[in-house]
Amino acid sequence: MELHAQTLTDLQAGLERGDFSSVEITQALLDRIAKFDTDLNAFITVTSERALAAAKRADEVRSSGDNGVLCGLPIVHKDIFCTRDVTTTCGSRMLENFVSPYDATVVERFADAGAVVLGKTNMDEFAMGSSNETSFFGPVKNPWNLECSPGGSSGGSATAVAARLAPAATGTDTGGSIRQPAALTNTIGIKPTYGRVSRYGMIAFASSLDQAGVITRSAADAALLLGVMAGFDSRDSTSIDHPVPDYVAGLNGSLDGLRVGIVRQHFDEGLDAACADAVRESLGVLEAQGATLSEVDLPNLDYCVPTYYVVAPAECSSNLSRFDGVRFGHRAADPKDLLDLYCRSRGEGFGAEVKRRIMTGTYVLSAGYYDAYYLKAQKVRQLICQDFKRAFADVDVIAGPTTPTPAFKLGDKTDDPITMYLNDIYTIGANLAGLPAMSVPCGIIDGLPIGLHMVGPHWAEETLLCTAHQFARQTDWHMRSPEAYR
Amino acid sequence: MSLDKDQVQHIAMLARLRLADEEFTETVDKLSRIVDFVDQLAALPTDDVMPMAHPLNQAQRLRADAVTEADDRDHIQQNAPSVADGLYLVPKVID
Repeated sequence: MELHAQTLTDLQAGLERGDFSSVEITQALLDRIAKFDTDLNAFITVTSERALAAAKRADEVRSSGDNGVLCGLPIVHKDIFCTRDVTTTCGSRMLENFVSPYDATVVERFADAGAVVLGKTNMDEFAMGSSNETSFFGPVKNPWNLECSPGGSSGGSATAVAARLAPAATGTDTGGSIRQPAALTNTIGIKPTYGRVSRYGMIAFASSLDQAGVITRSAADAALLLGVMAGFDSRDSTSIDHPVPDYVAGLNGSLDGLRVGIVRQHFDEGLDAACADAVRESLGVLEAQGATLSEVDLPNLDYCVPTYYVVAPAECSSNLSRFDGVRFGHRAADPKDLLDLYCRSRGEGFGAEVKRRIMTGTYVLSAGYYDAYYLKAQKVRQLICQDFKRAFADVDVIAGPTTPTPAFKLGDKTDDPITMYLNDIYTIGANLAGLPAMSVPCGIIDGLPIGLHMVGPHWAEETLLCTAHQFARQTDWHMRSPEAYR
Repeated sequence: MSLDKDQVQHIAMLARLRLADEEFTETVDKLSRIVDFVDQLAALPTDDVMPMAHPLNQAQRLRADAVTEADDRDHIQQNAPSVADGLYLVPKVID
């Protein structure tokens, strides 16, 4: 198999056997990026020289036998993770020239494990978007159809993995930003439990919802990478000290007796009929492997999206107040006074969607509206969380569609923010409740892929990864690739 | 329209955001739609519900108040638009 078509696990075995070197893998992928990314726009920065130097070092280390678990394996980072000596833009004009003085914990852990970073991927500005169209660096194209969006906000990461420009990518997920693009590009995406992966050096959007994860082409690769990323970090005050299991070893569990919950409302109007059929068929695949299906009720499901669009903007307005044109980031020319400096630097540095979210957040937190919106949303969030807790008393996993439809055309949903927001209707609940969740390829409709969404109770990443792995052994959806990028 | 021009102007000022004239009308329209959308939360009774600030209902972890970082000012200030003698420069605030 050609190098670019191999999974991380394949490449790891090949390196181990000496079939090829890390420099060969790295060069092959850099060549593909050079060839295809002009069209796809998946990367904001390609770090060719650094990658080749790191690959060379990895090959040397490997021959001495003292190598990390990801020694010489290529990955790409979403451009939301701070990287020392390489720009970190977060998809924004505000940070167009920002070079972080330090590495994010996620970046550091991958580097320590020996991974080779090919570049930084495109994303919706400050991760606010579901289509990658809010990026200052232009939209990412979906390799399955260049007229379509790959989803967002981790759209560059998803496209890079789907188009075989990299076997794996990091992503972040605040309301579905890993799982939705994974579903729309036929890749696997996992958002771990809140607190599982350190947020240190991951530019904050909504601090009580943000969580880092990965996009890959196999559950085994996701397990391998999660094992490297996960774990306590004293530099993130929301990191939780909880043991990290051996996710790779957990892949071979059985689905016999797995209790899978299905939410009736997931299949109501709003879900594309062909998607519904594909998801039902996938649930049948789990059943055939010994899982039992039962209905669960999430009575406050309809309130997830409105709750999110109070909580997330509120936190975003607070987090993004740090961009003031003084210490770092864009600064307007010739400010007439300090207020003018703030207002114009921010007005010029942020794009339209980010400004809308900051203003929504400012409004719901402002005097006279705080109780009616922010406090109210925090209460509804509690109810949503309790719904999940009740459901998980009876089932191990809740499964359904990741998105209501396959990929939509670029430009189709930019006019109405609500239409765009509703695209995350099935994924947002997991963020509000801090639950681990995953999207797995489960069908192709008129040439466009869709995903099966699975949510587990807190710390159930192992169950999700095992279910995804066993599901993929019975289906070949995850093996399909867009024709022009095989 | 749940928000009017004056309200949006006030919010923009609170958020320290200068909106270009051509952005302004669109912002009033789209912000109003967002506010209308989240208004549906009001329909849900939540009288005895504890507000939730952390998804795992955990308290923020505390640490000892000790210096853990080395001085890295020069390196950090390489990102600053305008500095002098280790200080950040802004337009004059006091005459």
